[in-house]
Amino acid sequence: MSHYVPVIGLEIHAQLLTKTKIFCSCEVDFGGEQNTRCCPVCIGLPGTLPVLNKQVVKYGVKAALALNCGVGQYTKIDRKNYFYPDLPKAYQISQFDLPICKAGKIKIETDAGEKYIRIHHAHIEEDAGKLIHDQIENTSLADYNRCGVPLLEIVSEPDMSSAEEARAYIEKVAGLLQYADVSLCRMEEGSLRADVNVSLKRPESIQLGTKVEIKNLNSLKAIVRAIDYEIERQGKILDAGDVVVQETRKFNDNRGITQSMRSKENADDYRYFKEPDIIPVVISDDEIEKIKNEMPILIDERVDTYLNEYELGKADVKILVADRAISDFYNEAVVYYPNHKAVANFVVVELLKYINEGELKGDEIPFTAEEFATLVKMTEEEVVNRNNAKAILKLMIDDKKAPQVIAKEQGFLMNSDTSAINEVVIGVVDEFKEEVEGYLAGKDKLFGFLMGQCTKRLAGRANPKTIKGILEEKLNKLRCSLK
Amino acid sequence: MELCDMSLFKLRQMLDEKQISSVELTQYYLDRIKELDCQVESYITVCKEEAIIAAQKADKIISEGKSRVLTGIPIGIKDNICTEGVLTTCASKMLYNFIPPYSATVIEKLKEQDAVILGKLNMDEFAMGGSTQTSYYKKTKNPYDLTRVPGGSSGGSAAAMAARLAVITLGSDTGGSIRQPAAFCGVTGMKPTYGAVSRYGLMAFGSSLDQIGPLAKSSRECAEVLNVISGWDVHDGTSSRNNIDFTSELDRKIKGLKIALPKEFFGQGIDEEIKDVVLKAVKKYEEMGAEIVEVSLPTLKYAIPTYYLLSSAEASSNLSRYDGIKFGYCTPKSKTYEERIMRTRKEGFGNEVKRRIFLGTYALSSGYYDAYYKKALYMREKIKEEYARIFESCDVMITPTAPTTAYKIGDTYNDPVKMYLADICTVTVNIAGLPAVNTICGYSKEDNMPIGMSIVGKAFDDAKVLGVAHAFEKDFTIKSPSL
Repeated sequence: MSHYVPVIGLEIHAQLLTKTKIFCSCEVDFGGEQNTRCCPVCIGLPGTLPVLNKQVVKYGVKAALALNCGVGQYTKIDRKNYFYPDLPKAYQISQFDLPICKAGKIKIETDAGEKYIRIHHAHIEEDAGKLIHDQIENTSLADYNRCGVPLLEIVSEPDMSSAEEARAYIEKVAGLLQYADVSLCRMEEGSLRADVNVSLKRPESIQLGTKVEIKNLNSLKAIVRAIDYEIERQGKILDAGDVVVQETRKFNDNRGITQSMRSKENADDYRYFKEPDIIPVVISDDEIEKIKNEMPILIDERVDTYLNEYELGKADVKILVADRAISDFYNEAVVYYPNHKAVANFVVVELLKYINEGELKGDEIPFTAEEFATLVKMTEEEVVNRNNAKAILKLMIDDKKAPQVIAKEQGFLMNSDTSAINEVVIGVVDEFKEEVEGYLAGKDKLFGFLMGQCTKRLAGRANPKTIKGILEEKLNKLRCSLK
Repeated sequence: MELCDMSLFKLRQMLDEKQISSVELTQYYLDRIKELDCQVESYITVCKEEAIIAAQKADKIISEGKSRVLTGIPIGIKDNICTEGVLTTCASKMLYNFIPPYSATVIEKLKEQDAVILGKLNMDEFAMGGSTQTSYYKKTKNPYDLTRVPGGSSGGSAAAMAARLAVITLGSDTGGSIRQPAAFCGVTGMKPTYGAVSRYGLMAFGSSLDQIGPLAKSSRECAEVLNVISGWDVHDGTSSRNNIDFTSELDRKIKGLKIALPKEFFGQGIDEEIKDVVLKAVKKYEEMGAEIVEVSLPTLKYAIPTYYLLSSAEASSNLSRYDGIKFGYCTPKSKTYEERIMRTRKEGFGNEVKRRIFLGTYALSSGYYDAYYKKALYMREKIKEEYARIFESCDVMITPTAPTTAYKIGDTYNDPVKMYLADICTVTVNIAGLPAVNTICGYSKEDNMPIGMSIVGKAFDDAKVLGVAHAFEKDFTIKSPSL
């Protein structure tokens, strides 16, 4: 299919991190008993009025700053009219022509290299309810808990040309929003959703091909598969000399294919107009400046610090920033023990093992960054050895005790008492006379054997360097006495 | 003087001096309603028990010496203002069973003063109309002549005031719906500045135009009621933080006042007798020392289309929520979601409501938006500018409230265009969001029907327009209807 260029655009819906809904004071929470988190306002009873949650505006500004978009300083709220049983007012309060985030662009990285993806705009809007279809009773039930949950819809330009780029773009947007404290961006919980537009064009053509919209994409994997499937499907249609139908398609995760949902021929007319119940919001330069100052350090800046200031490896940096909570944890740990490389290594190799295996969540680490830093420091300063440090980490998770306490309780502390080491070394030298003679006669590799015997007897409680020094000293003495 | 002819202030004094109890006063009004409303047909719902309970509570408050201006005063409410636990129908079949689980902010404020709510008043369905003949439940009559309409849409509120079936009533005004019926029924009615009174709980018609206001025997009483029901409301994002003392200019001098007379309001299409009577009233002001300035409002010729496009566009969206899913009327015969919506709306809405939904939907549709809705928005700004220019040099403006006196039932309301044109004197005030009060300035010679004039001011000059109306009312004798 290389004779076509895929043209891909994305609409990402990210749930904003407010405590309450966008137009009423109902709580926003994932899950919950049906129709328990709604009120006359969010279910649109007659006479009720929406009142814009100021936090939503603030998050919108943060998002604009994080996504390198201009802030819409005069931003207007509009109504999008359509009938659907999950939409109680039969209009969605959204934004049309004066969104809170204006155009911008973000950089993505794939195996093909770096690329800028333009963002057309991003706007705030209310979520709709959920329909539950009862196949047996042949009825549909509506759950309005989700009605009025605040969303940011980020609309990209059709700048992506592969599923990989689409994936990188979503990951980048999610990372930026997570780091800006705007959204959790968890696809599995529905706090990040994406619709994809795909069309194909000939490389030489300026004109875009017919666009197909794909909905019902619940994971990054599904998005990649759906795009790849759609590129192939449209390619075959074009190869056969047919035309692609403009339509909305649904991704069937089980079968890995897209299926027609509805044709766009009689396109919906949403009859957008200004929401008369909400006055336009004016955001001053001062307010933007204030929000800017409150912004956490964003992902790009962290990457820069890790690479250039801390001199960490590229691969480690990528892993560290993949989860905002981990990066935060790392940043805090290096305050207590500024050995950046050692702490990074311990996070990437040891701590992330538990997170990747699902035993821990990045934002639910049961010990403090200070305790973690202490453990790394103990390892680096050879107060405990690396193997025991791993065991201590496991116990920090299970028993929630401080690393020093665990090391002491478990007898993991290195013996700094050289007389004890001395005793062991003398014992080994006495016992393995043959090997000692062999070593002194020039069989250098027997040193390793003797060293191993000492270490074994000290059972990891002594610093190998100290053992080595004492053993060398002892053997040198013997060599001298032989001469 | 009969009890029903006594002013709010006289009744306040009698209640506080224990010459009458609120229960007695309430029972007196309930008896009047029972006796007379079969002729006037102003109430849809009468809250017999709830009113007596509220009156008993009010008597307790009064006996504790804690009464306030409306404590124990029987009040009637237009049936598009939500009253918790009391049927609120908007005079539509669509809401024949709707008992709101919340009260409008104005109702909360009345209850906070322990006012007594007598019942819910008839209106044009969804406040669309100027005759109170489009109600699903009953056709209200004009107490001055039962063969004539009371005006509308707050015809129940105006007729109940004229027939003395409440001490005060509340109405709502989107394009003249308080002032025109007040003029037809010979009472004072005030539409405050947009944003002065919370719209929370007022079932929306044209959200950017709707305001709740009082109807009473005098401007002074209107001012007192407005002081109770107005003010910023956390539940209405369009409510103003300007605190108005509506009574502050009741004693103002007329000397030196500049009154604008827009010549377009005294031209073709306005009854000669109405022009004469209003101009005589203007002469009175001149005698009191006011300066009369002839002005021009050339955009008036666009007022009707502007108003009908804006209000119908908003209404088409506001009324979309009546789909038979969550509340109100639902068709008994439907198999699918689409069929349920279509049948419910076909059976639940009356013709005038459907006409406005069609008009508004059309005006907002793609391909027509620019030609209709957008032009209406442009005209709205022009009309505002013209008013602003006039109020740069003038204090208030005086116009007739309606081009005719109350017409015969069956005369006009079957011809929508003629009906719409009759709103010419009132709609610009809503388009510009200004305060205006209708007060009675005479009666027609032939049939003794009331003639009203409107005093209009600039935004938040509500106290001034009430003061100007009051100056006229002091020396004017109201002729009560004989029932």
